[in-house]
Amino acid sequence: MTVDHRFDQFAKVRTFLANIAAPVHYLAALPVEIFSQLSGSLQSADDLQQRNADLRRKNLLLSARLQKTAALEAENLRLRDLLGSSGKLHDQILIAELIAIDLDPFKHQAVINKGSGDGVYKGQAVLDANAVMGQVIQVSPISATVLMITDASHALPVQVNRSGLRGIASGTGQLDQLQLHNLPLNSDIEVGDLLVTSGLGGRFPAGYPVGQVSRIEKPAGAPFLSVYARPSAHLERARELLLVIPRDNQSITAASLTQADNDAADNDMSPL
Amino acid sequence: MKSHGGWIIAASFLAALLLELIPLPEWARFVRPQWSVLVLIYWSIAAPQRVGVGYAWLLGIIQDVLTGTLLGQHALGMIFVAFIANRLHKRIRVFPLWQQSMLVLLMLLLDQLLQFWTLGVIGQSPKGLNYWVPAFVGMLLWPWMFIVLRDIRRRFHVQ
Repeated sequence: MTVDHRFDQFAKVRTFLANIAAPVHYLAALPVEIFSQLSGSLQSADDLQQRNADLRRKNLLLSARLQKTAALEAENLRLRDLLGSSGKLHDQILIAELIAIDLDPFKHQAVINKGSGDGVYKGQAVLDANAVMGQVIQVSPISATVLMITDASHALPVQVNRSGLRGIASGTGQLDQLQLHNLPLNSDIEVGDLLVTSGLGGRFPAGYPVGQVSRIEKPAGAPFLSVYARPSAHLERARELLLVIPRDNQSITAASLTQADNDAADNDMSPL
Repeated sequence: MKSHGGWIIAASFLAALLLELIPLPEWARFVRPQWSVLVLIYWSIAAPQRVGVGYAWLLGIIQDVLTGTLLGQHALGMIFVAFIANRLHKRIRVFPLWQQSMLVLLMLLLDQLLQFWTLGVIGQSPKGLNYWVPAFVGMLLWPWMFIVLRDIRRRFHVQ
């Protein structure tokens, strides 16, 4: 147990074991799968038409918004060119589905139906439609295990979207709470601030929303603020999720980050 | 004595592991009994010459792999449970069902306690009393489990 917890040598063994576990996971999800297939085929035509109409409307809205995004993206790239830092928009995305099984109730993990055969790799960032969900911690050829950002052993570097303040958001073991550590008492942070990934550390690509600041406490005599945030991702409800493939895997290495930081320092601007 | 029906034991373990994984609604997640431990206790009592600490360890490791916990977390608890059940199997067999349930509760709690310690050591100790609920659900399920598994054992002449 100690070896598994402390050292990385066991990773190979775990990967091997994960290969054996994957078929069992699929087997366990089978009843639910069959049930949802059945209920899908039993849905009434009315319901389906209704939903179809809804989706159409939503699609229209989204594509309208997308047109605007394209223009904004182009503008953003141009401005970044002016600043001399490299823009990293347009990550590629792979869609995966959760396998319907429960893992340990006290660890926030999930199993998805894409594995190394589909190009999933360890450390890949996972999103749902709204925000960052977590990262891949284990891969087998046909499935992968995702650690959610709210797991007590998870932390990710974030940035306050409004002020550019950087921090570390770590999981608390509760599905609706993240905690930001070591923010000085005079930090520029308010309830309602949007937290986005900062891209430092190289795991998560920069600029994806993480959550909203929900509570700020100033414990008397403590040198740091206690800041809590609510994750924006629907961690307990999402079924489809998105795996981010950075445009090239090298694009978010530490080197390029320090480069961006230096550029920013030269220009006396903070990178977003 | 020729032993047969090994596949029945394996199949019941597999079924227990699948029950551990099958998704439950959010409110019921903390109520899920320790299926694999219950089945393990049964076989350690009914066939102590076959199912013992070794099986317990293997089962625990498999469950760790399936549920993504620390390797050995479930195994540690199961080893102790199997050991106790093996040692006491003659006595437990003649107990009435309710008395068996009490003893099973103790074993399930021991399993949870050992896991609790492991989780505490790696700094992920679960908060709240919810954590202890499965053992009590397991206790209530035991008479039913015992009868079902006993009938299966007799039907397939597992010894």
